[in-house]
Amino acid sequence: MENVLDVKNLGISFGGLRAVNDFSVSIKKEQLYGLIGPNGAGKTTIFNLLTGVYKPDSGKIILDGTDVTGKSTIDINKAGIARTFQNIRLFSQLSVLDNVKVGLHNNHSYSTVESIFRLPRFHKVEKEMNEIAMELLEVFGLKEDANVQAQNLPYGQQRKLEIARALATKPKLLLLDEPAAGMNPNETEELMEMIRFVRDHFHMTILLIEHDMKLVSGICEQLTVLNFGEVLAQGDTSTVLNDPQVIKAYLGE
Amino acid sequence: MLKKLSKQKISDIITYGIVLVAFIVMQILINAGQISSLFEGLMVPLCTYIILAISLNLVVGVLGELSLGHAGFMCVGAFTSAFFSKCMQDTITNSIVRFLIALLIGIVVAAIFGLLIGIPVLRLNGDYLAIVTLAFGEIIKNIVNVLFIGKDSKGFHFSTKDVMALNMEPDGKVIVNGPQGITGAPKDATFFIGFILVLITLFIILNLIHSRDGRAIMAIRDNRIAAESIGINITKYKLMTFTISAAMAGAAGVLYGHNLSNLTANTNNFGYNMSINILVFVVLGGIGNIRGSIISAVVLTLLPELLRGLSDYRMLIYAIVLIVMMLFNWAPKAIEWREKYLSFKKNKKEAVK
Amino acid sequence: MSFISYLINGLGLGSVYAIIALGYTMVYGIAKMLNFAHGDVIMIGAYVALLSMTHAGMPVLPAVLISVVACTVLGLLIERVAYKPLRNASSSLAVLITAIGVSYLLQNIALLMFGANAQTFPSVVKWKGLSLAGGKLTISGETLVTIIVCIIIMIALILFVQKTKPGQAMRAVSEDRGAALLMGINVNGTIALTFAIGSGLAAIAGVLLCSAYPSLTPYTGAMPGIKAFVAAVFGGIGSIPGAFIGGILLGIIEIFGKAYISSQMADAIVFAVLIVVLLVKPTGLLGKKIQEKV
Repeated sequence: MENVLDVKNLGISFGGLRAVNDFSVSIKKEQLYGLIGPNGAGKTTIFNLLTGVYKPDSGKIILDGTDVTGKSTIDINKAGIARTFQNIRLFSQLSVLDNVKVGLHNNHSYSTVESIFRLPRFHKVEKEMNEIAMELLEVFGLKEDANVQAQNLPYGQQRKLEIARALATKPKLLLLDEPAAGMNPNETEELMEMIRFVRDHFHMTILLIEHDMKLVSGICEQLTVLNFGEVLAQGDTSTVLNDPQVIKAYLGE
Repeated sequence: MLKKLSKQKISDIITYGIVLVAFIVMQILINAGQISSLFEGLMVPLCTYIILAISLNLVVGVLGELSLGHAGFMCVGAFTSAFFSKCMQDTITNSIVRFLIALLIGIVVAAIFGLLIGIPVLRLNGDYLAIVTLAFGEIIKNIVNVLFIGKDSKGFHFSTKDVMALNMEPDGKVIVNGPQGITGAPKDATFFIGFILVLITLFIILNLIHSRDGRAIMAIRDNRIAAESIGINITKYKLMTFTISAAMAGAAGVLYGHNLSNLTANTNNFGYNMSINILVFVVLGGIGNIRGSIISAVVLTLLPELLRGLSDYRMLIYAIVLIVMMLFNWAPKAIEWREKYLSFKKNKKEAVK
Repeated sequence: MSFISYLINGLGLGSVYAIIALGYTMVYGIAKMLNFAHGDVIMIGAYVALLSMTHAGMPVLPAVLISVVACTVLGLLIERVAYKPLRNASSSLAVLITAIGVSYLLQNIALLMFGANAQTFPSVVKWKGLSLAGGKLTISGETLVTIIVCIIIMIALILFVQKTKPGQAMRAVSEDRGAALLMGINVNGTIALTFAIGSGLAAIAGVLLCSAYPSLTPYTGAMPGIKAFVAAVFGGIGSIPGAFIGGILLGIIEIFGKAYISSQMADAIVFAVLIVVLLVKPTGLLGKKIQEKV
């Protein structure tokens, strides 16, 4: 299996509204894939379908050869999809370090009894977790802020922390929901570097939603354009962005 | 990293230290005869309240869910254990052994109640969870008040009507007497036992909070959706927290029940009034702040006693103090004022939204 | 016959719960807080009416009116002094605990002023009531008046909320406080108005409650307060018809529970029904379902 993600004919309706219809996509390993489209096109709904927040009423989601359609958010994360959110969702009262350590929760484990009595395994695993988490924080330039409460981080750092936390779950596929939202051009530039670095350093496959065309054309290798819940165009970034239909959807009649 | 760990450890050690010093000081004063018997009699209930406050803080502060039925679990622990102790009063004569078994029974039964109630109710959120837990607490209190249990040569007899309905042989003995509760159970609880129980509860809670499980629970509190997205099992952790908290309330109940010669369930000791009082300890001490819970439980329990000289006015003053302290601690304007004039802390990094 | 008489008694008790629950639900809908002191405002209202009638020797209507005015002022005062400063506190528990403090305060003020002993409350209803089916079924005047007053209040409130400007402002604030503020609605004034109405209703509830159950102590309001809170949640907190239906159902369940199952277990039955309803419909009978957007 070369494709990390294979989505086939995915669809969901809310009431009478077909929010996503017949959505298919294939993403190869270590690809940087963009999902774009006007507001309300159904991009975040697709993320919610992929992560089990919503259950699709048609179609299939295959992750690395395993069917994860209809599974719970928790199981889908365990199967290997992690995400960030459009409106940042950190554990605001926990420290930056602990935010990442919560991400390590399922892959580094000891029992409740071991933690209450502080048995050797507790110390061993905690040490392991601290090391891994600090490594991750270093990658994102957050090492100095490890003990800061997450809610006290500046906005740009919060976005980075969210990505670090998602990576801590050791996903096969990382979903980024508008990572550049609210950033100035300099920060966006830096973010683009970072996303590329994450892909190369962690051999990560990334699917991202973005409005910032500079970011999309700058780092995405493949694109899918969504309009009214349906795929408008799909393929290489340069080809898709020059598609007259896409230009029309973005610029209007 | 190391600095942080030690900071946290220091904070925990201070908490243990405060409890230890307070106990030693009280013990010395009691031995020296400096303490009125009324005050001395308050020591076991005080330990009970501390355990209740820190265990409720686990649900309210660490998990972030509002429970108004904490006294219900205390009630379960108190009555099951007192029932056991009264039955076994003549069989097990060693009071320590008897108390330990009673403690175990109280904890286990309260934990089972916590689990069984938690499974359906933890789907609810916020104020709805609060009202349902309050309802469960009231139901437990109410059922205890209509329960009659007696024992004779043929075994146990149950009724929800009255003593006569038990239909006992002449040698029968009433153990649970409806609204009159359990009379004459052995008073096995002591200040020392209470102190040890406080330390154990504290040990479990502090170690739990600063562990993998504690982080997961706090993650759920801070952002349930994000916690789910990184694979945290919400239901499991909510249930676990609720059950542990109920078990500890059960232990508090055992302590409370074994300090009374006459155990009855009324609104003030096992009803919503008690649940609310414990919540007051938790909120006033700082939501999620375990040490704060202990201090506020002690202060608020002793305050009415210290005000005893003011007789009729003491509860009035208590109420006013409570309102003023809440306003002082929580009102944004008061916080602003405090930061301006009383600020000792260095400025925090401002969060940019 | 006894079934019908229980039903009517249940309607009477339920009407009192409904009037109290209306106050709870409006305050919750608009200020998003559980006003634990609401039950104690009822008690204060009953004492004021009692003093007006017995000490000042006033006729019933002016006495009730004074009680309503007193409670309205009290409600506004509580809101201004104890709740408003905490409106933007970082935890919603802060104002809940303060409300508990206010509840203690009112109880202890009453205790100091009127003592702990129960005082007999003279019924405000002079009407003997109805005797039907040849005397087999009697309905007391208190019960009938309570039911009628409750229905009038409910209809008046619904009309007020739907048709008048301040009523629309209330709906707007309960829907989205921030947006209401941006639209130029006087949010603070609207919240104060809600407390005023809720507390005024509490006075009426207090008078009716004590007319039907004529023993008044500083703790008289506590349990009906809790029950009415349950009724409000039961019907879907924030909903005016919900509070009405919740209150009525609660009263009927309580009276039937007392009559047919066990008088000691009546409270447990009421709470058990609440739990079942919430487990089946987590936001109450008429409550709106709210889902967090991801």
